[in-house]
Parts: sequence; structure tokens; C-alpha cells
Amino acid sequence: MPQYLISVWHDETFEVDFSTPDAQRRVAQVDAFNSELQQAGAWVFAAGLHPASSATVVRSSGGDVSMTDGPYAETKEQMGGFWVIDATDLDAALEWAGKAAAACEGPVEVRPAQG
Amino acid sequence: MTDALEEVFRREAGRCTATLIRVLGDIDLAEDAVAEAFATAAERWPKTGIPPNPGGWITTTARNRAIDRLRRESTRSDRHLEAHRLHTDSMDPDHDPELDRLDDFVDVVPDDQLRLMFLCAHPALAADAQVALILRLLASLETKEIAKAFLVPEATMAQRIVRAKRKLHDNHASYRIPRAAELPDRLHAVLTAIYLIYTEGHTATSGQSLTRTGLSTEAVRLGRTLIELMPDEPEAIGLVALMLLTESRRPARSSNCGTMVRLADQDRSRWDPALITEGHELVRACLRRNQPGPFQIQAAIAAVHAAAPTAEATDWSQIIALYDQLYALRPHPVVALNRSVAIAELHGPAEGLAALAEIDTATLDKYQPYHAARADLLALAGRRDEALGAYDRAIELTTNAVERDFLVRQQAAL
Repeated sequence: MPQYLISVWHDETFEVDFSTPDAQRRVAQVDAFNSELQQAGAWVFAAGLHPASSATVVRSSGGDVSMTDGPYAETKEQMGGFWVIDATDLDAALEWAGKAAAACEGPVEVRPAQG
Repeated sequence: MTDALEEVFRREAGRCTATLIRVLGDIDLAEDAVAEAFATAAERWPKTGIPPNPGGWITTTARNRAIDRLRRESTRSDRHLEAHRLHTDSMDPDHDPELDRLDDFVDVVPDDQLRLMFLCAHPALAADAQVALILRLLASLETKEIAKAFLVPEATMAQRIVRAKRKLHDNHASYRIPRAAELPDRLHAVLTAIYLIYTEGHTATSGQSLTRTGLSTEAVRLGRTLIELMPDEPEAIGLVALMLLTESRRPARSSNCGTMVRLADQDRSRWDPALITEGHELVRACLRRNQPGPFQIQAAIAAVHAAAPTAEATDWSQIIALYDQLYALRPHPVVALNRSVAIAELHGPAEGLAALAEIDTATLDKYQPYHAARADLLALAGRRDEALGAYDRAIELTTNAVERDFLVRQQAAL
């Protein structure tokens, strides 16, 4: 079955304070969405990520490995989390994505996996 | 014979391509196969005559050619087919890539054209890509012709089409008719794409000529096909009515020397009465179903204009009521703009300008018709300096040479 990446995007300054009622509501919504994915057999993997400032870029060239601090793309918007799902086709993936966007109250991007 | 073949091509090529995409599960393969089958027909039909079911002949020939080619190019043709197959609802024996039934006649299934319309107008594609795919696959226009119609280089259009096809393929887009729950939104996307083709043909967004009739003709043809396929969808009927009623005014839209004539100033005896009659019948037919939608309401507005023997006799209060209804369904600033113009017609420029002032103009600032309408109303209200400024802005935003001339003349007349 085709697999799709559903990624969540927000401003890099976005920092979740889990004590706020807003954040708790979103957490509850995402938990419910995760259960729905699992019950439907669509779940492959998912994770929320630490802020982009926690990222390290690693490069390898001619056997030398170098590292730089920070995310690969220094853009205003950064990926905050993602799901990998099984879906029969694009429309099924987009339907899940619609639910994901509603659960986390923000835009998500859908991208098909190769193979 | 060439004319007869051309007619078969215009009528059948899109339908054959639609069926072949289902049978072969691959858009490119289907396009190539249909082109090859028409080349064969061009050789053979002058000697044999046109077969009784030309669409079936083309489809069957195209399928057999495609399968021959797959066999030649690959010893594992069935795996190739499987790998490239778009998902289809398993409802047809052709779904099974059984290669031994080459002599079976392939039926042209009308639903295939619908599947293709929904695929081309998939909301995951940008509007310009939807339009390009529809013209390429359903209207069977050459990429060169589509590029010319949209005034972009052929390479740009070719790339747009390739990318769109690739996105559908990589994303495993299904070849199916949307379920009832998705249908209203998905159908609206199809209608919007067809209407976009129509309006591009009606007022070319750029260039020297006001209209590119070819695109409008294709859009009307696609709309008529759609109502044959979905006779119970009032919005589809509304779209066709809207296009026909707009089309009826085409002869009066430009003067003998090619300049633009506004609706109010048009010679109504030049409107096409046959198109108006058909448009009115369709508007009545869809309104009877009592499921109003944006295209039906716009068609009803066009019908009110078409029913007025003179500009002065226009039933503006009816038009305002229809715009109110449209705004309730689609609260878009452009609808509010058109409503303001109708209010100005009924109650005078001051009232019209007051209605304009209520619109959130953030999205209209780069919209030429907003500045053109505002300039007209300011001029009528005697606010000359403001009118001059609004004309400047409208002229600055106009990319069509004929429209620009018109605005320059309006401004000079102040």
C-alpha cells in the first residue's frame, strides 16, 4: 500500500507550553487522531519534534564528516512533527491529512513516499 | 475525408483517451496509443470508409497497439502494466491486465470521461495545471495550441503538463468518480476549471485581442459533455447556462474597429437570440430543482441581463437580490463589488460608492475591475480627481491591450 508523509509546519519561534488549555486541547485532539489512525490500520509511525534550534546538520565529503549547528533550511517555517501513514490512494491520504490539520490546528503537508 | 476524420477526432479523442487511461492504467501510454490509433485511421479509413463505431475502433486499436508495444519493449509487460496502473474501482474486466484477450472489443464507457474530469481537476493540482490537463486530455488540444492560447512558451506549458501528470502518478491518485460525500466539492472544482477556460477565452488576460474564441468553444463543449454525463447536477447545468448567456453577447462586445463595448452600451440586436433562448431554458431547468448554487445564481443574473431589451430596462433590484443570494453562499469581495455596481445602477453612484466602501478591499487592491468600477462611479458622482487616480490604477493593472485602450478613453473623457 502507498505510504505518505504528513508533516506539521509552524513558525520556528513556536514553542509549546503544554500547561495552557489551548495546548492541552490540541494534545487531546492529536491523541484521538492517533487512535483513529491505529484503529483503521493506517498508522505507520509518528512523532512530535523538539524545536528546530535543537537540530544539527551533518555532512560527509570524501570521508570527512562535518557538523553545523541549527536546521538545514534557515526558513521561518519549520517542521514540528510528522506522521507516516498507509493509505490506499491520494484521496484517502488527503482525508487523513484534513483530520491531522484539524487535530493540530495548523497546516500540514502531504507527500508520497517512493516505491 | 480529412474533415470527417477531424470531426471524429474532435468528438472521440478525449473519450478514447479517458477509456484507455482506465484500461492501461497510465496517462502517457494512453495518450500515445490514441495518437497512434488515429494515425492508423488516417491511413486506413480513406480506403475502407469510417467504421460504424469509430470511437470503439480507435479505442480497441489503441489498446492493442499499446499492448503490442509493451510486449516489444519489455518481456515483463504485465509487470510494467501493474507498476504503472492507476488505481481504479474494480468494476470492469479490463481491470485485470490479462493480455490474451486482444480481440475483445473495448467499449467506450461514458463514466471514463467523468473519471478523467475529476482526475484533471483534482484539488491537489494548481488551477493552471488543472486547466492545462483538461485541455490536453479531454479536449485533446496539442500542447502547442494550449501554450498559444495562454500566451506562454510551449516548453513552459509542456513542463506544466508533465509535472501535473507526474504529481498524480507519484501520489497514487485514483481514477474514480468521487463518493457522494466528496462530490459537491469535487464537482465544484471541475466546474470552476471549465469556467476558468471559458473566461480565459472570453477576456484574454493579456495580448492584443479581447477574446480567444477557441478556448470558450472548448469550455462550452466540455460543459455540454458534463451535463450529458451528470444530467442531475443543477450546478453543471447552471455553468453551461452561464457560459451560453455570456457567449450570446460576444458579437456586441467589441465594435467594428476592435474596441471594447461595455454591457450598458452594447447593441442588443447583435446578441445571439438562439444562445439566449437555450440559456434561459437551462436556467429554468436548473432553478426548478431548487438546489441553488453559485453557478446557477450567476446564470440567473446573466439571464436577467439577457431579458432586458435595453440597458435602462434592466431589472436591477432582481440582480441585487441575486447578488445577495450569491454572497450568502460565497462571501467573496468580487461578489460584493458586482453587487455595489448593481446598487449604483438602481440607486445612483453615491449609494454604489457607499456599498463599495463597505468591502474589505485588501484582496481587491490588485484586481483591475475593482479600480475600473470605482473610477466609473467616482466620475459619475462628479469626484473627478479621485476618478482620475482610480483610472490610473486600473490602467496600471490592465494586461489586455483592448481593455487598456478603453480605460484610457474613459479617463480622457473626464
